[in-house]
Amino acid sequence: MSAFTGTATLVRLALRRDRLQLPIWLLALTGVQASTVPTVLGLYTDEAQRLTLATASAGSPVSLVFNGIVSGTSIGATVMTQSFLTVAVAVALMSTLCVVRHTRQNEETGRAEMIGSGVVGRHAGLTAALLVAVGANVVLALLIALVLIGNDLPVTGSLVAGAGLAAVGVAFAAMAAVTAQIARTARGANGMAAAAVGIAFLLRAVGDVTGSVTDSGIRNVSAWPSWLSPIGWGQQMRPYDENNWWVLGLLAVAFAALVWLAFTLTAHRDVGAGLLPERHGPPVAPRPLLSPLGLGWRLQRAALLGWSVAVVVLGGAYGGVGNEIEDLIGSSDRTAELFEQLGGGENLVDTYFATTLGILGLLCTGYTVQALLRMRAEETSGSLEPVLATAVSKPRWMLSHLTVAALGTTVLLLLAGLSTGLSYGLVAGGVSNSVIDLTGAALVQAPAALALAGFVAVVFGLVPRVAVPLSWTAFAVCLLLSQLGALLGLPEAVQNLSPFTHLPQVPVAEVTATPLIALLAVAVALTATGIALFRRRDLAP
Amino acid sequence: MTVALSVTSLVKTFGRTRALDGLDLEVRTGEVHGFLGPNGSGKSTTIRILLGLLRADAGRARLLGGDPWRDAVTLHRRLAYVPGDVNLWPNLSGGEAIDLFGRLRGGLVPARRAELLERFALDPTMKCRAYSKGNRQKVALVAAFASDVEVFILDEPTSGLDPLMEAVFRDTVATAKDNGRTVLLSSHVLAEVEALADHVSIIRDGRTVESGTLAQLRHLTRTAISVQTDRPITGLERLAGVHNVNLSGTRASFDVDSAELDRALRHLVGFGVRGLTSTPPTLEELFLRHYGKENHGGKENHGTEPTEQLAERVR
Repeated sequence: MSAFTGTATLVRLALRRDRLQLPIWLLALTGVQASTVPTVLGLYTDEAQRLTLATASAGSPVSLVFNGIVSGTSIGATVMTQSFLTVAVAVALMSTLCVVRHTRQNEETGRAEMIGSGVVGRHAGLTAALLVAVGANVVLALLIALVLIGNDLPVTGSLVAGAGLAAVGVAFAAMAAVTAQIARTARGANGMAAAAVGIAFLLRAVGDVTGSVTDSGIRNVSAWPSWLSPIGWGQQMRPYDENNWWVLGLLAVAFAALVWLAFTLTAHRDVGAGLLPERHGPPVAPRPLLSPLGLGWRLQRAALLGWSVAVVVLGGAYGGVGNEIEDLIGSSDRTAELFEQLGGGENLVDTYFATTLGILGLLCTGYTVQALLRMRAEETSGSLEPVLATAVSKPRWMLSHLTVAALGTTVLLLLAGLSTGLSYGLVAGGVSNSVIDLTGAALVQAPAALALAGFVAVVFGLVPRVAVPLSWTAFAVCLLLSQLGALLGLPEAVQNLSPFTHLPQVPVAEVTATPLIALLAVAVALTATGIALFRRRDLAP
Repeated sequence: MTVALSVTSLVKTFGRTRALDGLDLEVRTGEVHGFLGPNGSGKSTTIRILLGLLRADAGRARLLGGDPWRDAVTLHRRLAYVPGDVNLWPNLSGGEAIDLFGRLRGGLVPARRAELLERFALDPTMKCRAYSKGNRQKVALVAAFASDVEVFILDEPTSGLDPLMEAVFRDTVATAKDNGRTVLLSSHVLAEVEALADHVSIIRDGRTVESGTLAQLRHLTRTAISVQTDRPITGLERLAGVHNVNLSGTRASFDVDSAELDRALRHLVGFGVRGLTSTPPTLEELFLRHYGKENHGGKENHGTEPTEQLAERVR
């Protein structure tokens, strides 16, 4: 029996477990990539408009951070600047999640032990996970190349684009193979791998911003930090431009090195053990933990911290680009028109901030939904039962989670407004005014978020078994209506379903109290109904 | 003696499944009550109703003179619960979880907490995610027995404990009983129930099939006898209540219903008894008799026809 015996069986097992998950990832990513071509063609109709965009993007630090380098004005290169980084990060996460799912998660749950007791080699599990992840990336490369070619883009460039994205995925699959050896839990391994993706993103952001601009301002040459990042390498393949196939060699070397490291680490540890020691906790509980509210906060604080960082970064970026908005949006008449439809104002900057804070508000509501669904997770995992077997009433327990979620949402909105206002104030001048205005505009979103929270409370109380899908569907509907409702000209009755439709468009419009009070009243009524329903129902694990 | 908790004609259905089908249970104050039944027979459902986590469809449940559903919070101050499958929060330490449960119940006795941690050999600084099943159960047990409560409701509390810790558990329950506490102990470990329980209820398919003291229950079942006599034994198989006779001249072994024991012994004396061993029925036999019925179809053959397999077990 070799160290790889049983790999084929484990590959089949992994594919069977992923039979929905991986196809959904692949189709979604391909779909996103496919949709970017008509969008770019629609917004930037001719060479002149693409030139304006390329010049503005190549010179804007914010665009360089979030969109990356510019490689000329061809349609393909424009599509890549607009989409490569977003898709690459998603591909990287798809790959890390996949590898961790079939390695550390198996070990954490004890499945690896049962598998290992069969006729299975020591390296079979890790090999199978890597094969599945690499296979998924190869399929993705082909699918992406096909949809790009299907959109009348050049064949070679499309193949390079697919290969570049898949290469990023493969590199991070190997990275996750290493983190899965280090961390003890799947959560930990996923977190470390995601942090590696973040660092890779930042490294190339630094390299892209500090690089130089050539070719009369339509081409970025990145500085060396970009060459330390797998995401940077993918970008440097420059599809539809230089088509640098040789960069794949770098990715292959990195893949080989990381996989070698992962196998070496596997060989030197026990099944189930990690390289990081398990941290110990306090032998007695600190006082603040000893209440339902304290427990709720303890369970939610890590998620809130993560969201805070994300919101501050996004807010800072949105604010930082505010000064260049005239240039960036002005390069396309269609975009300017679109913004006016979304925000309805004449002042482009105000309209921009009304729109972006609306988006940030919706994102923060994502946190609200996630935080409230923790209630359902507690119920299904079985940790709610012993809590309710103590002197804690159902309403008190539910209120503690609702309080954490509501306060957390308010804090996130506050941070979103502060960071947007601060960074816009710093680039445009007048910090105090912009901070006050934009913080107000962000906080205006709170009543709508709380109304959606009320909806989640009701479905949790009424139909617990479908609370998770129903809540996320409601969130998705709000997201779609706010982004597309006006553009698609949907009937008002449909648009009114989303609480966000009723918010005043601050800072374009003045703050009006009536809709905000009405939304808060709805939120309170729904929440009270949810608590009453939960009180009446059986626990449904 | 007062009744600590009682359940009468309890019915609970989940969709088409009838989990409880007219279940009765009565636990008197100060007793340790063994609650036995095969998997899926409704033990945990009964316990969840007693805890007010589920609402009964029909029937009556009373706990410490209150209604478990309506008065849940006030009643829960007076009881502690240990679930069969203890799920804790992975990022809390064991000590934090113990204190949390204790506090939410209304406080625990610090000296008891320290003593129990010591006796169960539990490291309270470990994160809950690092605990084995047995250690998670210890967390729940320490949290429960460190609380100053009147009633303990334990749902298969020792399924993950090793024999050493099981002995500690028995000791802990015995101490609680000496202090006048009431314990409802659902368990699969029959030796444990036999060692601890005053009363036993056996349920099957959501119904109580036997209930009583161990002595009473034993009376309902058979004693295994093996005997050697001076003269060859005859006529034994014709006696009422005698089963599974294995006869070879002056030696015989057979099972006899407890009610017919006297008559069987009188019969044997006529042949000149030289040696006799009798094995009283174990709780395991009681349990298996109700368990075994599923394999033999008949629902109403109360104690008349033990299976060969059971007879084997008793010897």
